Amino acid sequence: MFGVGGGTSSYREIEETDVILLWGSNARETHPIFFHHVLQGARNGARMFVVDPRRTSSAQWADRWLGIDVGTDITLAHAVGREILAAGLENREFIERATSGFETYRECVQPFTLEYAERETGVPAEAVRELAHDYARAGRAQLCWTLGITEHHNAVDNVLALINLALLTGHVGRWGSGLCPIRGQNNVQGSGDMGALPDRLPGFQHVENDALRAKFERAWGCAIPPKRGWRLNEMFDAMERGDLTAAYVLGENPVSSEADKNRILGLMQGLECLVVQDLFLTQTAEIADVVLPAGAGWSESEGTVTSSERKVQRMRRATAPPEGAKDDLEILFAIANALGAAWGRPDPEALWNELRSLSPMHGGMSYERLERLGGIRWPCYDESHPGEQFLHSRLWADPLIGPRAPFSAVEDSRAVDKLNAEYPIRLTTGRRLDSYNTGVQSALFPSPLRREETLDLSPEDGERLALQEYERVMVRSRRGAVTAPVRFDPGLRPGLAFMTPHFPDQVDTNKLTIDAVDPKSGTAEFKATAIRVDKIEAPLGGD
Amino acid sequence: METNANPDAPDLKIPVPRGPVPDVPRRERAAAVEMTVDGRAVAVPAGATLLDACRQAGVETPTLCYLENLTPVNVCRVCVVELEGSRTLVPACSRKAEAGMSVRTDSERVRLSRRMVLEFLASATDVSTAPELRGYMTEYGAAPDRYGNGSERAATVAQPVKIDNDLYIRDYSKCILCYKCVEACGEDAQNTFAIAVAGRGFDAEISTEYDVPLTESACVYCGNCIGVCPTGALMSKTERDMREAGSWDEARQERTDTICPYCGVGCTLTVHTQEKRIVKVSSPLDQEVTRGHLCIKGRFGWQFVQNIDGGQSPGDERAASENDA
Amino acid sequence: MDLHFTADEPTAAEISAVDSVLGAAASRWAGGGRGDNEAQTSRGGHGARADRHLLLPVLHAIHGRVGWISPGALNYACRRLHVPPAEAFGVADFYALFSTKPRPPLTARVCDDIACRVRGAEELCARLEADLGPAGEPCRGGEAAWFRSPCLGHCERAPAVLIAESGKRRRECVLAPASAEEVGGHLTRGGAAQAAALPAAVSVPQAGQPQLKLLQRVGRVDPESPDDYRAHGGFAALARARAKGREWVIEQVLRSHLLGRGGAAFPAGRKWQAVAARGGRKYLVCNADESEPGTFKDRVLMEGDPFAVIEAMAIAAFATGCQKGFIYIRGEYPLATARLQHALRAARAAGLLDGGCDIELRRGAGAYICGEETALFNSIEGFRGEPRNKPPYPTDSGLFGRPTLVNNVETLVNVPRIVLAGGDAYAASGTGGSAGPKLFCLSGRVARPGVYEADFGISVRGLIELAGGVSGSGKLQAALVGGAAGAFLSPSELDTPFTFEGMRAVGAAVGSAVVMPFDDTVDLSIILLRIAEFFRDETCGQCVPCRIGAVRQEELLQRLHRGGPLGSTEQEMKLLKEIGQVMRDASICGLGQTASSAVESALDRFPIFR
Repeated sequence: MFGVGGGTSSYREIEETDVILLWGSNARETHPIFFHHVLQGARNGARMFVVDPRRTSSAQWADRWLGIDVGTDITLAHAVGREILAAGLENREFIERATSGFETYRECVQPFTLEYAERETGVPAEAVRELAHDYARAGRAQLCWTLGITEHHNAVDNVLALINLALLTGHVGRWGSGLCPIRGQNNVQGSGDMGALPDRLPGFQHVENDALRAKFERAWGCAIPPKRGWRLNEMFDAMERGDLTAAYVLGENPVSSEADKNRILGLMQGLECLVVQDLFLTQTAEIADVVLPAGAGWSESEGTVTSSERKVQRMRRATAPPEGAKDDLEILFAIANALGAAWGRPDPEALWNELRSLSPMHGGMSYERLERLGGIRWPCYDESHPGEQFLHSRLWADPLIGPRAPFSAVEDSRAVDKLNAEYPIRLTTGRRLDSYNTGVQSALFPSPLRREETLDLSPEDGERLALQEYERVMVRSRRGAVTAPVRFDPGLRPGLAFMTPHFPDQVDTNKLTIDAVDPKSGTAEFKATAIRVDKIEAPLGGD
Repeated sequence: METNANPDAPDLKIPVPRGPVPDVPRRERAAAVEMTVDGRAVAVPAGATLLDACRQAGVETPTLCYLENLTPVNVCRVCVVELEGSRTLVPACSRKAEAGMSVRTDSERVRLSRRMVLEFLASATDVSTAPELRGYMTEYGAAPDRYGNGSERAATVAQPVKIDNDLYIRDYSKCILCYKCVEACGEDAQNTFAIAVAGRGFDAEISTEYDVPLTESACVYCGNCIGVCPTGALMSKTERDMREAGSWDEARQERTDTICPYCGVGCTLTVHTQEKRIVKVSSPLDQEVTRGHLCIKGRFGWQFVQNIDGGQSPGDERAASENDA
Repeated sequence: MDLHFTADEPTAAEISAVDSVLGAAASRWAGGGRGDNEAQTSRGGHGARADRHLLLPVLHAIHGRVGWISPGALNYACRRLHVPPAEAFGVADFYALFSTKPRPPLTARVCDDIACRVRGAEELCARLEADLGPAGEPCRGGEAAWFRSPCLGHCERAPAVLIAESGKRRRECVLAPASAEEVGGHLTRGGAAQAAALPAAVSVPQAGQPQLKLLQRVGRVDPESPDDYRAHGGFAALARARAKGREWVIEQVLRSHLLGRGGAAFPAGRKWQAVAARGGRKYLVCNADESEPGTFKDRVLMEGDPFAVIEAMAIAAFATGCQKGFIYIRGEYPLATARLQHALRAARAAGLLDGGCDIELRRGAGAYICGEETALFNSIEGFRGEPRNKPPYPTDSGLFGRPTLVNNVETLVNVPRIVLAGGDAYAASGTGGSAGPKLFCLSGRVARPGVYEADFGISVRGLIELAGGVSGSGKLQAALVGGAAGAFLSPSELDTPFTFEGMRAVGAAVGSAVVMPFDDTVDLSIILLRIAEFFRDETCGQCVPCRIGAVRQEELLQRLHRGGPLGSTEQEMKLLKEIGQVMRDASICGLGQTASSAVESALDRFPIFR
C-alpha cells in the first residue's frame, strides 16, 4: 500500500497492540500460527473484533463479532469512518500532515450513517459504533484481512476502504499500529516482490518507469516490453478473443481454482499450446500438451520465500525430487538453454545476488545475513540495515518524507451475482483448517479432521428445505450445478451457505462461482455466489 | 495499490523514497542481577530465572517439565536447587533471580531430591522412550527397583495405548504428567484446550472430557503436544510404526530447516529425513514466528512430496490418503 | 473461544440447575434458543471468559440437582461459561464430592478417618456393609450408595456421616454421632426427619463460661439473628474500626502480634499492612476450608457465631481497602454453610456491608488441598485446586492475580476482640511468642471431645485434662498434635506448652491445634496407615515428590504392616526417610512438605512395625 505491496506490520506487533480487527479473515483456520500471535495479543489485553458473514472459529474468539451480509464491506467501512468523524475521534494532526484527499473522503462517507449501515449490512448499529469507537480510541490498532476482502469484484476498493480507516485514525506507520493482509499462499508475497505482476519488475519497480526499466535492460542485456502486461482475467479474455494462444503454467491449477470452471476449461482446452509445470497431474495438467514434472519448492530446492510480514526466509533442500522430476529452476534453465540462451546451470545464491543488485529493497539481504538473522523483512537496503519491522514510519517523520498517503473515496457496490427468488441463497467460500486450495497437496495426508465436501447451511434453512443432515442436494447457480451433501452449521444464518474448493473431484464448487472480476486486481468474486438448493427426490427403493 | 479514486494520489511509477529505520521498542533489559551459583558469581538480566543463572554459570541443570516456549509450571521438581535462606529447595526453572541470592546445585540435599524424583518417575512410568530422563537417572544414580519389582510391584500408570486417529498415538503409560502437552494445547500456543489434567493425585492423568477419543474431542491435530512431550508418550504414528518395525534411527536422521509450503505465514519447518525420506517435521523453539509450534498442515501435511515411488519406504502412507481423496 | 462440544445434550433439569446460578441464556451463542437474537453479532472475548469463576457453583448446582455431572450438563455449563469442556471435566473430576459417572441420588459418606476410627467408624461401616452392601456400590434398587470418606470435620461427635440427596429439593445434613439405623433412614427419598442440630454444648463443653473470648457467644446467641448478635456485643468492633480509621485498625492488628491460625503462623498484621499498601482491585478471602483431620473449630465458630465471621471480614475489608470478599467453605459443612448464607443475607439487608465490600460464599467440593491458600484461589477461579508456586505471595498476586488478604476463620474472629480491646491488651494475653486466646480441637480417645478455648501457654496435658482426660483404657499411648500433618507426642512430652515456640521445640507444630490422644488399646500402625492413605488420596497430583511420594510412603507402610519388607526393615526405614525428605524439600506446597511428618514422628518415638 502507498506504493509497495506488503503488509505494514510484523506479527510481534499484534501481540503488543490494543485493538485487533480481523476483517474477512478466518485466521484461526486459514493462518493458524498467525492466530497464535493474535491470541497472545488478546491475552495481553487487546480487544478483538471480527468482521465476517459467518460466525467462524476466529469470530468465536472475538470480543465482538460483526456478521455482515456478504459484499457489504465498503458500506461497513464507510459507516465506521463516518462514525469516527461524527464522534470527533479522527487523528486530525496525522490527517493534515501525512494524508491527501481527506475532504473528498469525508463527503463520500457522509451518507453512511449507523442506521444505514445496520439496514445494509445486517449488523446492529451499536456494534458498528462500538467497533468505530474502540478502533479510533485505541493507542495502537492492527487491521488485518484476508480473502474475505479480496475475493470480490471490487477487491481493491474494499482494501482502500479499510486503508482509509487507518489513515483516519493514524493507525499505520507506528509500532503496534498497522495494516496486514495475511497472504493465502506461502510465497504469494514473494512472487509479487519478484515482479510476478503485470506491471512490476522485481522490487515493485514499475515497468513503465523508463529509468528503472533501463536498469534491468542493462543488467539482462535484453529489451523489456515497455508496457504493462495482462492480469489473469485479461489473459482469459485474450484467450476468448484469440489473442492469447499459448500458456506456460507453473505450479497453478486454474482449471480447478478459477471461478466459473466451465468457461475456464473451455478456454484452456482451446489453446494451441499449453505447458504445465507441476508436482502432480492436476486437472489443468491433464489437458496440457506438455507436462513438466517439477520438484517441491519447499523441500526439494534452494531459494527464498517472503511471508505475510514481508520477511524473506531461506528455503532449503531436504530431499531430492523423485526420479524424472526436476527443480523448477533446473527446468527453466534447461528451457532457456534449449532456446539458445546459454544460461548454464542454476545457482540459487547467484540468482539471489543478481536480484539484490537490481532491487534496492533486497539489497542488504545476503544469504549469510538471512541465515544468521533467521530472515529479514524488506525493505533492507544494505548490509548494515536491519530491515523494517514496520513500514511507513516516514508518514510520522517531521517533515514528512515522500508523498502523502491518499484517502480513497471509493464507491460502494453490491455483489454482482444478485439474489432473487430463483437464487435466494448467498454462497460464500473459504478454507478449512486441514485443507488447502484445490487439495493438490493437502489431500494426501490422513487428516482425522477431513470429511467429505459438503454444502454448509444454517439449521433453519435445513429445516425449511426439509433436509436431513448429509442428505445429497442439488446446488445450482446461474452458471452451473453440482450435487453435494448438506451439513448444518449453527455459525451460519438463514440465507447464507458455505463451501470450500478443496475437493474438486467430489464437489466442483467452482462450477458455481462467478468470474465477475475486479478490474483493478484481476481477482474473481469467489465470495459471493447466488445459488438455489433443491432436494433430490429419492430414487425408487431408496430410503 | 493499483489505481485509486484520489486525484491527489502519488504516481505509482515513482518509487517511494527510503524512510527512516523504524523505532522498535526493545524488550527492557534492566540492570543485571548479581548472585552466586555454587560459589561462582554470575550476573543475569532482571526477570531471569535461577535456571538462566545456572546455565550462565555453566552448571548443567536437569529439566523435564520446562521448555523455552512454555510457561514454567515447575511440577517435575527435578531442577530444584538449594537457595540460601529458604526452608525448602526451590525450582530453578521458575524462581526469579534476585540480587544477592546464593544458590547451590551440588549439595547432597539437591542430589537426593533429584535422584528421588527420577526414581519415583521411573518406578511409576515406562521411560523406555525418554532418553533425556534416562540420562539423568544414570547421572544421579536413580534405582527405581527400590520400590518393588517382580511380584512386589509398585503402583504404576500402566494402561493400554490409545490409538484413535491416523496421525498420532497417546501412550499414557509413558506419561510423567509434566503438563507440557496441556500447556501447548492450551494457553501457551494452540488455545484449543482439547486435553487437560483430570482426576487427582496418582490417578491424575491427561484426558479429554470424559476420556472421549480425540476424534470426538476438540483436537485439531496440530501435534504441538507431540512437539513438547519429553517421554515419547505422545508420538506421531509414523514414528511409532517405524519404531515398531525397528527402522526408527535418530542417529541416521538429518535435519533441514525450510519454510512451510502452505499458507503465507512463513513458518520454519525442520524437516527430519532418514535415508532421504521425510520421517518427521518439527519447528525450532527459538523461531520467532512459530516458537516451535505448528498447525496440522505444517506438521503432518508433508506426505505429498514422497508419494511417487510406491510406499515401501518409511513414513509413506500414500495408499490410505489416496482412498481418502 | 472456539469451543468444541460432544453431541451430548443437557436435560431440562440440568439446564434449570445451571440457569439457577447464571440466569437464562441471553443469546443463541451461549446456549440459548436460535431466535432472531444476535443473528449477526455476538459478544465474547474477555467479558465472556471472565465468568469462569462461576464454574464451581454451577457444578454444585448440577450435582445437587441430578447427582452427577453428565456430559450434556457439562456441555451446557461450558457453553454458558465459555470454558473448554476438557478443562471443566478436569475440574469436576478433581473434587471428591462430584461424580462424573452416573451415581444414585442418595449418598452417605461415612468418615473412617482417624478420629472417627477410634470412635466406632469401622463398626458402623461393617453394619452398613451388612445392611446395604459394599461401599461405593449402588444399593436400594440403585437409589442410594454409601462411601467411605476422609475426615468430615465433626470429630467431636464421631462417627460422622454426611448425607446428600440430589433433586429438586436438595437435602444435605451431617449425622453425628451416626448409627447404621439412622443412616439407613436417611437413605430414602425425602429422607427421615432432618437431623436435629445438637446443642452447641456438645461441641463446646465450655459454652457459657465467662472467660471465653472467641467462643463467648457460641451456644448463647441465636446464630440466625443479627439483632441477638448485636445484643451480645456484636458489630461494636466494626463501628469502632470505622470510627478510628484504617491506619488505626492495622496498627492494632500489628501490635496484637496475632499470628495466623491456619497453620502457617504468619503475622496477620504484616499481611494486612502489605495488602493495604497495594492499589487497584484487591480481594479478601476467608479460608473456611478446614479439612485437616481432627479439626473442627472453625466449623463450630461458623455454626455458632456466623455474624462474628462476617463482622471480622467487614473490618478487614475496611482496613485493607478490599472491594470484594469471598468465604471459601469446605463442602462437607452444610449447616455452617446455611448459617453463613443466612447471616450474609441478613447483614447485607441490614446495610452492614454497605460502602465496603460485598462478600460471597463459595463451597468447596471435597478436596483437602483447597485449604492451601493458592489452591483455594484456583478453586474459586474455576480451575483445579492445584497450589501455585510461591513467590509471588498472595499479598502481591492472589485471587484473580490481584493483591489478596487471606485469613482463616479463627484468625479473623480474633480481630473484633483486638479492635475492641486494643492491640496491646490483646498481646498481653498468651505467651511472648504466641499472643492471645486459642481454640483447640480435642477428639479421639478423650472423655469430652470438643472445641476448647484457652490462652496460649496451656500444655498438651492441660488440654487433655480440660477435656476430661484420656478415655478408653485411660492410659495414654500417644497424642497426635497439630493434625495429620502434625506430629505424635509420647506421654513424656505432654507438658510441652501448646504454643508456636513450644511445639517447634519438640519438632511439632501448632498446625490446626488438634489434640488427639490415643490410649494404649489403639493399634497405632492402623492410624499411621490411615494417615498415609489420607495423603495418598488428597495429594492433588501436580508435583512429582508428593504425587508419587505419597503412594510410595503408603505402599511402604503396607509392606511393613504385612510384615513383608523389601530387603530389611532397616532398609525400608531408610527409604521412608528419603521419601519423607524429598517430599519435604521438593514439594510445591505444604501438603507434600508435611505429608510424612506425622508418620516419621511416630516411627521416631514408638516401636511400630518392629
